[in-house]
Amino acid sequence: MSNFKLSKTTAKTILLATMFASFTAFTQPSIAQEQDPAQMGYDIAKRSDESDRGFHDHRVKMKMILRNASGQENIRDMRFSVLEDPNPDVGDKSLIIFDTPADISGTALLSHAKILEADDQWVFLPEDEKIKRISSKNKSGSFFSSEFAYEDFTAQELNKYKYNYLRQEPCPNAAELTCDVVERFPLYERSGYARQIAWVDTTYFQSRKIDFYNRRDSLMKSLDFLDYKQYEDKYWRPQLMKMQNHQTGKSTDLVYGPYSFNNGLSENDFVKGVLETLY
Amino acid sequence: MNLCQLLCGLVVGVSALTFGTDVQAGDWRIKGFAATEIRAYTQDAKWAGQSDNTEISVILNPEFRYKSEDRKHRINFIPFVRGTNTDGERSHGDIREAYYMYIDDKFDVLIGANKVFWGVTESQHLVNIINQVDLVEDPDQEDYLGQPMLQIATQQDWGRVTAYVMPYFRERNFAGVEGRLRAQLPYDTHKATYESGAEEWHPDFALRYSHYMGDFDIGLSYFHGTGREPTFNVTPEGKLRPHYSLINQAGLDLQYTTDAWLWKLESIIREGHGKTFAAAVGGFEYSFYQIFKSDMDLGILLEYQYDGRDDDAPITIANNDIFAGARLAFNDIQDTEILAGMTFDHENQDSFINIEAERRFGDNFSAEIRARFITGADEGEDLYEFARDDYIQLRLSRYF
Repeated sequence: MSNFKLSKTTAKTILLATMFASFTAFTQPSIAQEQDPAQMGYDIAKRSDESDRGFHDHRVKMKMILRNASGQENIRDMRFSVLEDPNPDVGDKSLIIFDTPADISGTALLSHAKILEADDQWVFLPEDEKIKRISSKNKSGSFFSSEFAYEDFTAQELNKYKYNYLRQEPCPNAAELTCDVVERFPLYERSGYARQIAWVDTTYFQSRKIDFYNRRDSLMKSLDFLDYKQYEDKYWRPQLMKMQNHQTGKSTDLVYGPYSFNNGLSENDFVKGVLETLY
Repeated sequence: MNLCQLLCGLVVGVSALTFGTDVQAGDWRIKGFAATEIRAYTQDAKWAGQSDNTEISVILNPEFRYKSEDRKHRINFIPFVRGTNTDGERSHGDIREAYYMYIDDKFDVLIGANKVFWGVTESQHLVNIINQVDLVEDPDQEDYLGQPMLQIATQQDWGRVTAYVMPYFRERNFAGVEGRLRAQLPYDTHKATYESGAEEWHPDFALRYSHYMGDFDIGLSYFHGTGREPTFNVTPEGKLRPHYSLINQAGLDLQYTTDAWLWKLESIIREGHGKTFAAAVGGFEYSFYQIFKSDMDLGILLEYQYDGRDDDAPITIANNDIFAGARLAFNDIQDTEILAGMTFDHENQDSFINIEAERRFGDNFSAEIRARFITGADEGEDLYEFARDDYIQLRLSRYF
C-alpha cells in the first residue's frame, strides 16, 4: 500500500483509464513554466499518460449504477479486462462481460481501440451463441444506457486530443492537492464533444475531474474521480467514478472492485475467437 | 430445490473426479429463465385434426455453469423443456448444452453437447449447419437442438481453426397432427430414413476457419455428413416421412464493416441433395444513430436470397426472395428493441412478415411479442400449406 492516503479523491486524466490508460511522471514538475499553452497542456497529459505506462494488463469487477432524474436506480454488474498497448498510436484492447441484468448475463463486448478512427468491436450474444462484428462509428452514443458514452469508455489515449493549458488551482475532489487545468479538443471527427476541461493533480498526475462540453459548447456532463488507490506501488486507479449529466439530471456511478494486475493476459485473450470460449 | 441439488451434485462429482482441487476454487453459477407463452392464431386451422385453440406453454431453461479459477476448465449444463396444451409434439425437452471444455492459450477442447453458430446474415442462416433446427420451438429456424460433439480448436495469429466430430445425428422435430404450422399430410416424425446405413450414428465431420482482417470478418467452413434438412417420402398411410441424405457442403461467410454499414454475405455449395448447387444470401444493415436527437438507433436491413437447388433437394422458401427489415433500438434502461421484417418472393408474390419486440421489466422480468403473417400464398406456392397459420405470441420470462 502507498504511504499516503488519497482515499476520497482523485482522478485520472483520462476516464476509465482504469481500464485503459493513465499517467505518472517522474521529472519536471514545473511544466507550467513553459510558454506555449498547447505544448504545456500536451506535456501535462503526457506526464499523466506516462505515470501509467507498463501496467501490461488488469482485471476488475465493476458495478454500474444508473440513476434517473428522480433518483431511481438500476444496477449492472460486469467484469473488465484490459491489455495495454505500449504504442501511443495504437489503443488498448478490452473485454467487458456482463453478469447482470440476468437476461443479458454472459453478453461480452470485445474492443480493439484505435486513436482517431472507429474502434474494432465484436459482441458475443450468449442466447444464440452468436458473435457479431458491430459498427463503432457512433462513439458518442450511450454505453449500455449509462451517462457514459462509448468514447468515454474505450481507451483514452494521449493523441486523441489537442490541448490548451488554462491555469493552476486547488483540485476538485482533493483540495489538498494542486491541479493543472487543461482544456482538450477531441480529434475524432465524430466525437460528441466540442471540448473537455480536465483537472490533473501535480503530485500524482492523476485526473480529478473532467467537464464535458457538447457540440453546441454547453456544459453537458461532469465526471468526478474518487477514492484513488495505488496498485503495484505505481498504478493509480479510482475506485469510484461519478458521471453527472447536467442537462437531463441523470447520473451514472462506476464502482470498482479491487483490481488485479499482471494476470498474464496476452493478445490471445483479446482476439475474436476467444469469445467462443468464454461462456 | 431437489433437482438442482441432484444435478449440481452430479456435475460437481464428475468435475471433482476430472480435476480434483480446482472444484473448490472454481465458480458455479446457476442461471436461466422460466417463461409462460401464449400464442394465438388469427385464423381457423386449414387442415383436418389441427387445433384451433390458443396455445399456452410453460418453458423452463435453467443453466448450470462451472468455471475453474484459472479459467482453464468449464462445464455447462443447460436442459430445456416446454409443455404446451395443444400439440404433443410441441411439448418437448432437449439438452441444449452438456459439455466439459478445456481451454489453453493456444487450443481448446470440448466434449459433450453444444450449440455452435456460424454466419452473419439476418434473414437466413445458410452456412450454419452443426445443429439441427428445433422447428416446433419456432418456425423462424433460429432455435436449435444440442449437438453431441468432440470439438478441437486452435487459436493462432492468423485465426481460429475448429474441427468437429459429431457421432450422433439429431432428427428435426415437426408439429404433430393437432399442431399448427404443418403441411396437409401429417409428419411421420420418428420413423425417419437415412442414406447412411449407420442411420443416426453416421459420424459427421466439420472444419471451420474464422478470423478478421481490418474491416473484414471472414469464415470458411466444410461439412461432411448427414444433412440437417430432410426430404419427405409419402408413406402408404399418407404421412410425410423424413429422409436424411449424406451431403458435402462448403460455406463462406463474410462481413465488411465500415462507417455505419455492415455488408454481409453467406454462400454455400452443397453436394448430395439433388444436383450439386450453390446458394447465397447477401445484403447490408445500415444504422442511423441517435435519431431525432434521441438515444434511439434505427437500422435498415436489406438482403437478397438465392438458391439453385433442384426438386430432388429439400424444399426451401428462400430461393429468390428479398428481405427488407428495420431494427429500432431504444437504448433505454429496459433495452427495448423492435425488429420488423418482410421476406418477399418476387416470383410467387407470397411473403412472410415477422415482427419481434422485447423489453425488460425491473431487473429480472422480460416480455416479448412475436407476430408472424403469411400473405399472398396461393395454392401451389411455397407457403400455401401454412397460409392460415398467422399468429401473435406473447412471452413473459422470469430470469434467475
